[in-house]
Amino acid sequence: MSEKTLPDNKGRFGVYGGRYVAETLVPALDALYEQYKIIKKDKKFLSEFHKDLKDYVGRPSPLYFAKRWTEILGGAQVYLKREDLNHTGAHKINNTVGQILLAKHMGKKRIIAETGAGQHGVASATVAARHGLDCVVYMGEEDIKRQSLNVFRMKLLGAEVVGVNSGTRTLKDAMNEAMRDWVTNVDDTYYIIGSVAGPHPYPEIVRDFNAVVGEEVIEQSINQIGKNPDVLVACVGGGSNALGLFYPFINSKEVKLIGVEAGGLGLSTGKHAAPLNDGKEGVLHGMRTYLMQDDAGQILETHSVSAGLDYPGVGPEHAWLKDTGRAEYVVADDDEALEAFKEVTKVEGIMPALETAHALSFVRKLAPTMENKQSIVVNISGRGDKDINTVASIEGIEL
Amino acid sequence: MNRIKTTFDALSSNDSKALITYIVAGDPDLETTLNIMNCMVEEGADIIEIGIPFSDPMAEGVSIQKGHERSLLNNTSINDALNLVSKFRKSNKTTPIVFMGYMNTFESMGVKEFCKAAASQGLDGLLIVDMPPEESTEFSTEAKNNGIDVIRLIAPTTNISRVKEICDVSSGYIYYISVKGITGSNDLDSEDVKQKVKLLGGETDLPIAIGFGIKDSDSALSVKDLADGIVAGSVFVDLIGEGGDTITKIAKKTKELSAAIK
Repeated sequence: MSEKTLPDNKGRFGVYGGRYVAETLVPALDALYEQYKIIKKDKKFLSEFHKDLKDYVGRPSPLYFAKRWTEILGGAQVYLKREDLNHTGAHKINNTVGQILLAKHMGKKRIIAETGAGQHGVASATVAARHGLDCVVYMGEEDIKRQSLNVFRMKLLGAEVVGVNSGTRTLKDAMNEAMRDWVTNVDDTYYIIGSVAGPHPYPEIVRDFNAVVGEEVIEQSINQIGKNPDVLVACVGGGSNALGLFYPFINSKEVKLIGVEAGGLGLSTGKHAAPLNDGKEGVLHGMRTYLMQDDAGQILETHSVSAGLDYPGVGPEHAWLKDTGRAEYVVADDDEALEAFKEVTKVEGIMPALETAHALSFVRKLAPTMENKQSIVVNISGRGDKDINTVASIEGIEL
Repeated sequence: MNRIKTTFDALSSNDSKALITYIVAGDPDLETTLNIMNCMVEEGADIIEIGIPFSDPMAEGVSIQKGHERSLLNNTSINDALNLVSKFRKSNKTTPIVFMGYMNTFESMGVKEFCKAAASQGLDGLLIVDMPPEESTEFSTEAKNNGIDVIRLIAPTTNISRVKEICDVSSGYIYYISVKGITGSNDLDSEDVKQKVKLLGGETDLPIAIGFGIKDSDSALSVKDLADGIVAGSVFVDLIGEGGDTITKIAKKTKELSAAIK
């Protein structure tokens, strides 16, 4: 079976994925999948979605040749897929533009979302504002502190931001709380999950709405490189920007796919967010996947300098791509990400999100080992403005 | 001998209802949990559900979340919970015990290993919140092989054809979730419950227990005639969280609920 036909009708990618939720949500997920199957073939829906991607998001996003950085690295030609230039500053808007149309199609009046770095929260609040729907965003108190700019943006957009105080007070707890809201308000509420994670059919829906990234890269590569790139690189938290880039290339076996997880303070310290590198199979948030967990099956606290990667699980399709060997997953730690953040900002005048900086940090290692005629496309999943406070405080600077 | 069936059969022949009580293993410590279990039985509980603490209890309201957190401060494990059952069984051979928890903690022990150990320690039933029938093949087989009942949830959102499918793969009793929401919800609507439970009764011969939102004699009374048992959890976990003379408070609350439905 071709890997591109997954998931199966139970939402499984091999043993991963599935639907591990309390009974109350099963009928809601069934209804969602039924509607999704209909609209993804519906011409009117697709034309509305693509029109919004063009006129509202600003797609296609450029594939930019990083000339100076390529020269400095001295190896493969490095291209940046500029998702940071999208409306709201990250790839997250692709998915929310699609899901809000689905929500409206299903007659839902209220939107909820979870967010880590705040990018998905902003993207959800943005589309909710545009369509005149109520929006509640759940966000860990820890993340609210380090992403105050995005919190204010969401509020200006009319969303209610609810701080989550349970557990580790980060993305995973925000997702627990969003699930609790959904189970309580399932009749009128649509839950926009922000990554290729959660119960079936979310991993499939979020992947499909992000696949426009890779689809554009296929076309742009032919025009600008003359062939497919040799390697695709993207950071992986839940994994939506990576899968959006990788998915259209899955059957092009000559293209190497590399996901970069957050190494935090280093894999050996245990303080990281790299379940594919240092986790094991388990069940959380409705899916079977790789998880950071202890021997008793309790989910571990994660650490990353970037709030968007600070998650103990990963989308089930990545777990499958890892096991089949189709994609490779490496880590970049906090320090390496910060170095890459600074270098690309200075050399290319492009300030990436700290999440993205993890991918860039791996490109710094990879490019010099490759030949000049080879090429790498790295997904600039978001822009770095939101991280300025974090970077300043690491440098000991008060803004 | 199946303790869950025996218990419901005996109650039904007396035209009485089951009081099912829930607490979290190791909240605030294992010794207290054992004392509370014995106290609950003394005051009229018929079946005890023991919550297995999990770091991410997605279906729980704040009360039970806090119970899980308190228990995890002592790193209470599934093995600890099994030892608790074994200790309880030394003095009580009749009251059924059901574990209620989340997939990941059970799986991390190993499905086969867990079911085997659970049967030998005297556990009677298993309710895994995030395990709908579609995802439970291995658990169903192993539980059955070891004589452990698999109790399943039915929600207000479950349609009738699915109700049938779920009932077909359930044993012990059916747990009807009385509200759309999380544990400890406030807005129990007994009219709505009545309609749904009536439908449910047509699809199964298993006893039906109603839970979520039952916290006092009024809420217990409002649903007792609709089913074979009621489940109360958050109200007990709240009392444990309050501290003070927990045992006395729990005894009083158990007595109140028992009096309401017997």
